[in-house]
Amino acid sequence: MTPETIDQIFVLSKGWLLGYVLAALQPIGSAILSVVPVLVVFPLLFAITTVLERKGLGRIQNRYGPNRVGPYGIWQPIADGIKSLTKEDIVPRTADQVVHFLAPLLLVLAAFLAYAVLPIGKNMVITNLNAGLLFFFAVGSMVELAVFMAGWSSRSKYSLLGAMRAVAQMISYEVPLVLASIVVIMASGSLSTVDIVNMQATYTGIWPHWFLFTPWGFAGFILFMIAATAESNRAPFDLPEGESEIIAGYYIEYSGFKFALFFLGEYLGMFATSGLAITLFLGGWAAPFSFLTWIPSYLWFFLKLLTLIAAFIWARGTFPRLRMDQLMGLAWKFMLPMTLLNIFTAGVWHFMPTGISRWLVCTFLIVAPWMLLSRGLKQRKKLQVRTYRFAE
Amino acid sequence: MTVSFLILAALTIAGTAAAMSLRNLIHCVLTLTLGFVGLAMLYLQLGAQFVGFTQILVYVGAVAILAVFAIMMTQSVGPHVQPALSSFWVPGSVVASAVFAVLAWAICSGATSVRTPPQHDVSVNQIGDALMHKFALPLEIMGLLLTAALIGAVILAMPEKKGEQ
Repeated sequence: MTPETIDQIFVLSKGWLLGYVLAALQPIGSAILSVVPVLVVFPLLFAITTVLERKGLGRIQNRYGPNRVGPYGIWQPIADGIKSLTKEDIVPRTADQVVHFLAPLLLVLAAFLAYAVLPIGKNMVITNLNAGLLFFFAVGSMVELAVFMAGWSSRSKYSLLGAMRAVAQMISYEVPLVLASIVVIMASGSLSTVDIVNMQATYTGIWPHWFLFTPWGFAGFILFMIAATAESNRAPFDLPEGESEIIAGYYIEYSGFKFALFFLGEYLGMFATSGLAITLFLGGWAAPFSFLTWIPSYLWFFLKLLTLIAAFIWARGTFPRLRMDQLMGLAWKFMLPMTLLNIFTAGVWHFMPTGISRWLVCTFLIVAPWMLLSRGLKQRKKLQVRTYRFAE
Repeated sequence: MTVSFLILAALTIAGTAAAMSLRNLIHCVLTLTLGFVGLAMLYLQLGAQFVGFTQILVYVGAVAILAVFAIMMTQSVGPHVQPALSSFWVPGSVVASAVFAVLAWAICSGATSVRTPPQHDVSVNQIGDALMHKFALPLEIMGLLLTAALIGAVILAMPEKKGEQ
């Protein structure tokens, strides 16, 4: 088998399977054959990620992590799954029954819908929409409503507080998330995720044309990842579910399988935004060097995805949680001006002649405001050595 | 009139009707959101991807959340039962039917004279081009308006200094 055949093996096998389907049923058959692998692979990735995350966090915190179920604890997700499936599903008596039931479903639905436009390999995308990026962000905004429904319908003060925190945080960080990805739309001239990846999958010598390797692309990637962490409510932006303050936030009144659905939705959302970051800045399924293109494209995508997940776990184990005012201050005082400046820089990059001068000007345009802004914001804070009143 | 159109129209009408008739205000907002989604689906069915996705992004992601916040900040959080018909339902329905009559009259009288062939798949690129060239001035004015609103919101939210009125 040639590398091309291995690369396209899923596309070819889909076509081969479709050959056995009646012509009238082929559109439906094609849709099912595209959707079912996504419904299988990403929850499986979620299961693997839970155990990786617990192991990784355990190592960061100088302990073992799960090590009882199977060798090195690798069957832990199965035990967790059986536990959450067999647990009693408790609904508070005062809860709004219908909304309480619908909230986790809407969350998971929205999380899954986002995968419709993610190219996870060469010719491997469920639909190539003309306005694919817009679809992604539109579906992502449905998550906010699901979170609010969960928090409000539980009729618990903790869950309502968590939902309010979550919605405020997600709305605030959606702005820099969208603005950070606009630079890519400007550079590629398309909202279709497939076109964006195809544009990056070319090489000069051995070097790829990823948008990461431009000043605005690098800054955009970092801003995008910060906003994506906040969007997926992960540490250090986990105020909506801060265990030490409001126990579990908006899904505190959920138990059993519905709780697992919230967990699944959250991780699926994280994978989807990471996948979008890969699509926008890291060349999607494209290999990092031209001599590595013989490795199948879907492997590259998942390798990049696992790398980003590892970075998420690392960040969770490293940074302390932000305070509410710090969270909002970061979004509106730092992220928003920097993303707007980044858009301007991408415009300058586009109109300047290629060469070293373009690099110098654009790097300066990003680094200087970045330093000035972060320094200016720090000066007004009057940082000093913390004095403890009761815990010396 | 295809089956999908009928389903979507039924969904939209059911959502908006429930938004008018339900007692709990939060339920009203949620069902109204269902109506918004139905409208977005209708746009998508007509091949207007940009409008459909923007409808979801703006109305489901922002307007519904804004409405929910407004309700929760102006009234108590618990179940709040209100009568289905407000005291001024007669003038309200008169105004609504008058607006409907005017709109229906305008659509019915204008439809035969300016019927253009349906343009399928207007790409996002075309919309962007139109916004950047033909409609650049309206776009700039909208941007200015939104910036003014943003600055106003910031000024409202700023803590007042002591000693100032």
